[in-house]
Formats: sequence, C-alpha cells, structure tokens
Amino acid sequence: MSYAFEAEGLVKRYGKTTALAGVDLAARTGTVLGVLGPNGAGKTTAVRILATLLRPDEGRAAVGGLDVVKHAAEVRGLIGLTGQYASVDEDLTGTQNLVLIGRLLNLRTADAKARAAELLADFDLVEAAGRPAKTYSGGMRRRLDLAASLVGRPDVIYLDEPTTGLDPAKRDDIWHVVRTLVADGATVLLTTQYLEEADALADEISVIDHGRVIAHGTPASLKSVVGGQTILVRPADHDRLSDAAAVLAAVSGHQPESPSRGVVTVPVDGDTAFTEVVKRLDVLGISVTELSLRLPSLDEVFFSLTGRHTGTEEAA
Amino acid sequence: MTLIAERTVPARAGHRPFGLARHSLALARRSLIKTVRTPEQLLDVTLQPVIFVVLFVYLLGGAVAGSTHDYLQQLLPAIMVQTTVFGGMATGVNLNTDIGKGVFDRFRSLPIGRSAPLIGSVLGDLIRYVVAVVSLLLFGTLMGFRVETGLLPALAACLLVILFAFCLSWAFVLVGMLARQPGAVQGIGFLALFPLTFGTSMIAPAETLPSWLRSWVEVNPVTHVMNAARGLMVGGPVAGPVLWTLLWSALIVAVFAPLAVRAYRRRA
Repeated sequence: MSYAFEAEGLVKRYGKTTALAGVDLAARTGTVLGVLGPNGAGKTTAVRILATLLRPDEGRAAVGGLDVVKHAAEVRGLIGLTGQYASVDEDLTGTQNLVLIGRLLNLRTADAKARAAELLADFDLVEAAGRPAKTYSGGMRRRLDLAASLVGRPDVIYLDEPTTGLDPAKRDDIWHVVRTLVADGATVLLTTQYLEEADALADEISVIDHGRVIAHGTPASLKSVVGGQTILVRPADHDRLSDAAAVLAAVSGHQPESPSRGVVTVPVDGDTAFTEVVKRLDVLGISVTELSLRLPSLDEVFFSLTGRHTGTEEAA
Repeated sequence: MTLIAERTVPARAGHRPFGLARHSLALARRSLIKTVRTPEQLLDVTLQPVIFVVLFVYLLGGAVAGSTHDYLQQLLPAIMVQTTVFGGMATGVNLNTDIGKGVFDRFRSLPIGRSAPLIGSVLGDLIRYVVAVVSLLLFGTLMGFRVETGLLPALAACLLVILFAFCLSWAFVLVGMLARQPGAVQGIGFLALFPLTFGTSMIAPAETLPSWLRSWVEVNPVTHVMNAARGLMVGGPVAGPVLWTLLWSALIVAVFAPLAVRAYRRRA
C-alpha cells in the first residue's frame, strides 16, 4: 500500500498548550483524507507540519516517502497548500500572483504566463485576471488561492478549511475542483468542520479533537458510529410538537430532542425512516413548515464520539 | 479542466541554475509592483525630506553658515543620507506586516531558498532610495543647490548613499523579523536612527559641538557617509570617508543579513 503522505505520533506544544498530542494521519495515493474537527482541534497545526512550515516536537511525517524535516526542500516540490485565509498578495493582480508562483517554481516566464492563463480560465477568473486581488470577492480570492497552490501541479494538496465562510454555490465549485484533482491523480488532505463536506469528498475521515485522532474510518463506518442521519420536523402548529415528537420516537426508536424552539429532531438509522415519518405525519394531519433529513452536525458527531459538545471545554 | 492532467505547459520545470538569484528577483518585482500600486508609501522618501530641507535651510542656514545657499550646499548631501537611511525602515515594517499574512506561508511552502523573500524585499525597496535621491536632487536644484565637482563624482555619491542604505536596511529586516508588531519596528527604528542621523555633522559643523557629542559624531558610520557624499558632490576630502563608508557597509551587511535570515527561519 503506498501512502502519498503519512504522519505518525505528531506532537506539537506551544508553551503549556499542547496543539497535537500524538496524531497519526495517512492517505493512499489518489485519495482524499478528510480531517474533521472543531476550531482549535489541531487541524491547521497538523497541516502546517505536513507542509514543512512547522517542525513537530515529536513524531515524524513524510510526503512521497520523504521526511518533512530532513527533506523539507524536496517535499516542498511535491506539495500545494491552500490555507484557511487566502494566501494571495492583495496588491498583485490575479495573473501577477500566479505568474510569481510559476517563476518561483522555476517555470520560464512564457510557461509561467501560460500556466497562469490556464488556471485563471479553470477557476473562472479570466475577467478579473488584470485586477488587484484586493478587489476580489471572498469566493474569488479562495479560487485564486486554490489556483496558486496548483501552479506546480503538486502530487499532494493540502486544503485547510477551503470552504469555511463560502456560500453553498461557491462551496460546490470548490468541491468540484477537489473531485477533479483527485480524478487527475492527486492526493488531497482536506480539513473541515463539516461532516457533510468530509462525507461528500473524503475516502477516509480522521476525526480530531484536542490534538488527538478520536475516530478514523470511511464516511460510511463513521456515520454508522454516530447514528446515520437526523430527521428534523417543525410543525406549523406549536401545539402539535409533542405529537410530532411521538411520531419520531415511534419510527426511530430513539428519544427525540428539541434543539431549538418549535423543532424536534431524532437520529435515524434506516433509509426508509424519512418516508415513514412523512406518512405518519400525514395520517395525523400534522402540517409542517420544515421537514428535513440531514447528516449529523459536527457537534452531534462529537457528542456521539466523546459524550460532550464541541463548545464545552473542560479548561478554556 | 486542465488542473493536473493536461500538459500544455511543462508539467514541472526542470532544475535551473541560479535559483536564489532568479527567485529573489521575482520577489523583488513583487515588492516593486506593490510600491507602484501604493505610491503614498513613498511620502517618506519624497515630501518628508523636502520639508526637512526647507526647514533647516531657512531656519538655520543664516545662523549656521551665514547664508542659506552655503548651508544648502552642505545640507543636501547629508539629507540624502538621512532620508535613505530612514527609508530602509519601511522595508522592516512591511516585512513585519507581510510575514503575518498567508502569502508568506505560501512562499515558505515553495521549494525556494529561505532567504529569497527577504532578499527580494530588500532589492525591491532599492527603488525607494532611488526615488529619494532623485527627488532631493530635483528639489535641491530648484532651491539653488549646485554640484561643484562633476557628473561622475555626483553619480558616485548617489550610488554610495544607496549602497549604504541598502546594507543598513538588513538591520531593519532583522528588527522586522524580531518585533511582534509593525509599530514596534518603527519605534525601535526611530530610537536607533535619531542618534545615528542627527548625531552627525548634518545640521551643524562638528567643531561647534560639545566634546562628548563630537566623539560620537566621529565614530558614527553615518557621519562618514555624509562626509563622503559632501566630498563627492561639493568638494572636500573624499578618499577617507568613502573608504570608511565601504568598510562600514560591508561590516553591517555581513553582520545583519545572516542574523536577519536566521531570525526569519526561526519565526517560520
């Protein structure tokens, strides 16, 4: 089995804070590893170590079989990095940003320009190519940033929360890019706070929390651990909330929760639960203003795995 | 999409020689573009020195030199030095601002020399010194300044001043790497630059100063640069001051450039 990148027992401390407390991550060539975790879990620290920007205090990491500390220069030739914040130069135009990266990657000027034009077309930035990046919208900046990390056609691409803060349509664009990259043979490490995103893109998911991997597996196996999907019902008539809750309890066999006013939710396992709920609501004449079937949120995943919510820290 | 598979452009450029030089120049071009996009950043090397010249010449000229013209002849070469030396502070401030931004993460994740982003910034900011020297010469000429030596010595004076400022800017790069905030870079910069630039014969002849201050003025490297610039532009001793300037420039860059690169690596 060949791994495009692998990390073993990564430890990183900042003073008294332990950002990583022994993290193992690995992805086979041509796959997507989703790293799922809340803010401050250590996702970015792990990515920065794999991208040679940080040295681990303990443990080792390798990209393409090359140690990230001992062979940092060679590793940098294999990777592309897109950070949480768009790491493009605001004063430079889209074209200038990409040509600069191309020049730094030893492309000849003509080739760097050709590659920049190619990427600008791929990322729908042709019209904005001549404008300084500071005039770009958030989504355009992300696309330019992503394009910048692909100038050198890297084998391994790190995407650190590439869709955080993007609206759904822009998010779909990024998802499409990730799928294209993998289809073309690249290996991707994607960090995210959304189970939905990891589920949509990743071949395997590592869930990390407080600097540790607390679960690892395929999206399907992980979802089975956390109880598959969740049905949410918001009755039009508040008084029928308890009736709706009874329906959910009967169908799922679990006790429904009411996470916010006027709404009941319950985790469901089977594929038929949703239609069953719809039928029973209809029979009872309960009209609804909202009815949805969704993947568990990150918070629910964490609750299932750790017994606590993401926001509750034992010591802040 | 042609993200990875299609190869209209060479997949990966092969190894090419002179990497550090090429990468540094590419990054210098980036600095240059940024300067051109935000010309207000050049105020400290255009308008500010002009104000100094006007103030000093008309406030002090009569008292110190007996006439504003004689004073201008002595002051302008010295102000050129002061302005370019101060001008280097912007390199440190900009780097300190830049390094916190994602774009430096990107540079660090590329297979380029660790010192390339620093060399690029310092080289790109050479434009600031050129702008300073040209604008002072233009304005000085309008006020009545005249080169008394010749075109070549005057040109040599300009180049020497720029060389010294370039070498000294590595000290600001170091401060830029060590300080936590851009404001701190400026604070430390001013603290060092006031004694360095005003503790010279710039405003008044060294002979008129109290002996303790004169001792400082005599060892201050900036004094040598100012004397060299005066010698080359309006006449006076040249060989000694020029030699001292070159020696100091070499010493300063030899000490501060490696320290700055090391600090950059640590910070990374």
